[in-house]
Amino acid sequence: MQLIKPDINLDFVGRRKIAIVFSMVLILIGLVSLVIKGGPEYGIDFAGGTLAQIKFEETTKASDIKEALKDLDLKGLTVQQFGDEASEFLVRVQESSSELESLSVNISKALEKSYGAGKVEVRRTEMVGPQVGKDLRRKGLLAVLYAMIGILIYVTWRFEFRFAVGAVLALVHDVLITLGAFSVFGKEIDLPIIAAFLAIIGYSLNDTIIVYDRIRENMGKHGREGFPVVVNRSINETLSRTILTSGTTLLVVLALFVFGGGVIHNFAFALLVGVLVGTYSSIFVASPLLIFWEDRGSGKKAPVGEKGSA
Amino acid sequence: MTKSIKWRGILVLLCLCLALVSLAPSFFQQSLPDWWKKNFDPIHLGLDLQGGMHLVLGVDVDEAVKSRLDSVVDQAESLMKEKDIIFKRVNREPGQRMSVVLYDDAAASQVDALMKESFPSLEPLTITDAGGYIQKNYRMSDREVESIKDYAVRQALETMRNRVDQFGVSEPTLQRQSGNRILIQLPGVKDPQRAIALLGKTARLDFKMVAEDIDPRKATGGALPPGYQLLYERNVDRRTGAVTETPLVVQAKTVMTGDLLSDAQVRIDTRFNEPYVAIDFNAVGARRFDQITAANVGKRMAIILDDTVYSAPVIRERISGGSAQISGSFSEQEATDLAIVLRAGSLPAPVKILEDRTVGPSLGHDSISKGILSVVIGGILVVLAMVLYYNLSGVVANIALILNLVFIMAMLSLFKATLTLPGIAGIVLTVGMAVDANVLIFERIREELRLGKTARAALDAGYGKAFLTIIDANITTLIAALVLFQFGTGPVKGFAVTLSVGILASLFTAIFVTRVIFDFFLTRFQVKRLSI
Repeated sequence: MQLIKPDINLDFVGRRKIAIVFSMVLILIGLVSLVIKGGPEYGIDFAGGTLAQIKFEETTKASDIKEALKDLDLKGLTVQQFGDEASEFLVRVQESSSELESLSVNISKALEKSYGAGKVEVRRTEMVGPQVGKDLRRKGLLAVLYAMIGILIYVTWRFEFRFAVGAVLALVHDVLITLGAFSVFGKEIDLPIIAAFLAIIGYSLNDTIIVYDRIRENMGKHGREGFPVVVNRSINETLSRTILTSGTTLLVVLALFVFGGGVIHNFAFALLVGVLVGTYSSIFVASPLLIFWEDRGSGKKAPVGEKGSA
Repeated sequence: MTKSIKWRGILVLLCLCLALVSLAPSFFQQSLPDWWKKNFDPIHLGLDLQGGMHLVLGVDVDEAVKSRLDSVVDQAESLMKEKDIIFKRVNREPGQRMSVVLYDDAAASQVDALMKESFPSLEPLTITDAGGYIQKNYRMSDREVESIKDYAVRQALETMRNRVDQFGVSEPTLQRQSGNRILIQLPGVKDPQRAIALLGKTARLDFKMVAEDIDPRKATGGALPPGYQLLYERNVDRRTGAVTETPLVVQAKTVMTGDLLSDAQVRIDTRFNEPYVAIDFNAVGARRFDQITAANVGKRMAIILDDTVYSAPVIRERISGGSAQISGSFSEQEATDLAIVLRAGSLPAPVKILEDRTVGPSLGHDSISKGILSVVIGGILVVLAMVLYYNLSGVVANIALILNLVFIMAMLSLFKATLTLPGIAGIVLTVGMAVDANVLIFERIREELRLGKTARAALDAGYGKAFLTIIDANITTLIAALVLFQFGTGPVKGFAVTLSVGILASLFTAIFVTRVIFDFFLTRFQVKRLSI
C-alpha cells in the first residue's frame, strides 16, 4: 500500500508564509490564554499543596464532597471528578502541612463522617511542600533548557549551525503551542508533563532531523536547483515516512490517551498535541526557517517577512 | 555471506535467550528453580504501580545547632562553677552565638582561658558592655556549624533506617539528598499514617522533676518563673478512648535523657490488661537513675516524650535496678511503636515532611492493567498498520517490534531499573517510534527499487543510506531522555529509563535484526522480488 505517490510534489515551501501566520496565531491564542489566566496552571508538584484521589462506594457529586469538607476550612479547595464515573474524585487543597498529622487523614475522616465508615477509599495522596514545589519547577525548566542546548550542540556538530537554530526554534514552537493548549483546555502542568515536553522535543526533533538529513543529501545532488527547491523536494521525498511514522505514533498515543487511565491522561494529552504539532513543525516550520536564514545570509537586507523566492 | 548470516542469527537468538531467561522470574514467580530466581530479579515496580509511600523529610538542622549550643552553655556553666569563677549568667544568643556576663576583668580573663581550652570551636568576639557588666561573646565557627548540621542529617538517616528495619518493610529505600533532606521510599506500606508517625517522631525522652509548688492554672495564664516549663500531660479515658490534656509545670532542667537507654520492650500490665513500655538503662544510666531517685523520694518525676508528658509518677523509693516503665494508656500498637522509636534512638533534630506521595495498592493494580491494555492496543494498531502498508516486510518489522518489547523488559530487569506508570507510557511511545527506523529503511528501499535496482541491491542501499539518518534522529531523542534522567525524580525518571532503553533496543532490533531476517530469506530462498 502507498498513501503518498512517489512523484508527489506539493509546494510546502511556497506556503511558508501562511504557515508562519498559522503558527503565530496558534502561539498567540496560547499566550493570550496564559496571560488571561495569569500564567500556566501548575499542579501540586509545582505549586505545592495536597491532593487526594478518593473513590466512593456510590456515585456522588463534587458539591456534596465540598459540603462534607466544609468544617475543615480548607484553603483553595477544589473537587474534580476523576475519570468517567462519578464515584472517583480528586480533592485538591492549596495548603500543604509539614506536620506529621497529615491533611489527607483529616480529609478522609471528614468524608467518612458524611458518607459512612468504609464507604470511602483514599487511593492516592500527594503532599508537596512549597519549597519542594519551587525546586521542582526550577529543575523542570532547567531540564527543558539543557535538553535544547544539548540538541543545539549535537545538530551543529552533525549539520550546520543554521540547521540547529531551525531545529531548536521549531522545538520552542512545539513546546509553546502545547503549553498554550494546556492553558486553553484548563489542564494542569505537573511533573510528568515536563517529561512529556521532553518526549515531544525528542520526537519533533527526530522528525526534523530526517528532513534535514534529506536536505543535506539533496544539496549535494541537486544543489544547482536552488535552496528552496531542494528543501521542498526533500520534504516531499520524506513525506511518506513522515505521515506513516506520525501515524503509528499517534495511534499508540491515542491508545494511551483513551485506555491509559486518569493518572496519565494529561500526560497522554500533551503527547497527542505534541506529536501533531511536532509533525507539522518539521514540515512547515523547521525547514522553511532554513530558507529565511538563507535569504538573510545572501545579502538581501529587506525584512525577513517580506521575501521568499518560491 | 551465508556464514555471516549464521553468526548474526546466532547472536540474535542468544540475545533473545538471555532476555527470556532474565524475564522468566517476572512472569513465573513460583515454578522456577531457586538458582534462577536468585540470579535474575523480577522487574522492579515503582511505587506508583505497586503502591507505597514516597517521603521527603527535611531535617531541621538549625535546631541541632541550637541544641548543641545549649549543651555548650550548660557545660560552660558547670565548668565555671567548678573553677569558682564568679559569673552573672551564660546565655545562648541568636546567630550561632553565646554570651557570658561577668562582673570584673579578672573573671573575664579566666573565662577566656577556660573557653579557649574547653571549647576551641568557639571564636571569641568583641566584648560588649552590658549595663556595667562585662559581656563576653562567643561565636561557633562556621566549620563547626557545618559539621553539626552534617552530623545531624547523617544521624537522622541512621536512626530512621533503624526504625524502618524494626517496622518491617520489604526493600525500603533511604537516601540522603542535598539540602538536608532525606528521601524514604516504603513499597507496599499498609498504614501510611503509622509509618509517618514512626519515622518522623523525634522521640526525645526526657525525665524532669515536677514543680509541685507552682500552680499549673496560673502558669497557663502566662505567670511562669524562669527555670520552669509548662507542659501538658496526656490522659486517655479507659472506656471512651478520649484524649485529654492537663497542664503540668516541671523544672526546665532535664535530669536525665533517653540517650542512656539500653532497651525498650512492650509489656502488659496485668491489673488493667494494658500495655506499657519497659525501659532498661545502660550502666551509666542505671547509676544516674539510682542517684536521682534516691535524692527525690516522695517527689514526682515527669516522663516526657517530645514535650508531652506521658506520666508523672511519684518516686516511692530509690530505684537501683536500672529499669523504669512508661505507662500512658497506650493502645497495643502505640506501645509497640514507642518501644521501636526508643530502641532505635531519638532524632538529633526535628524533621518536617516536605513531600509525601502515597499510592494505595488498588490504584497501582489499576494503573498496571490500564498500562498493559494501552501497550497491547497501541501495539496491535501499529502491527496492523505496518502489515497493511509494507506487506511481508511489515511482518519483518513487526517481529522486530515484538523483540524490541521483549528486550526492553529484559534490560529493565537486568539493569534492575524501576518500571513506573510514565515508564509504561515511555514503552508505548517507543512502540510507536520504534517502527520509524524500519519505515525509513523501507521507504529508502522502495525508492531504490523504483530506480530499477535488484532486490539485493535495493536492500543494501536502503539500509546503508538510512543508517546515519536513523542514528542522528535517535541520538537527539536520547539526549532529551538523558537530560530527563538527570533531572527527573521517581516516576519521571522511570519514563527516561524506558525511553532510553527503548531507543537502544529499537536500534538493535529495527536495524540489525530485520537485516538478518531479510538476508536470510534473500539468500535461502533466492528471493527476486521484495514484498514491500
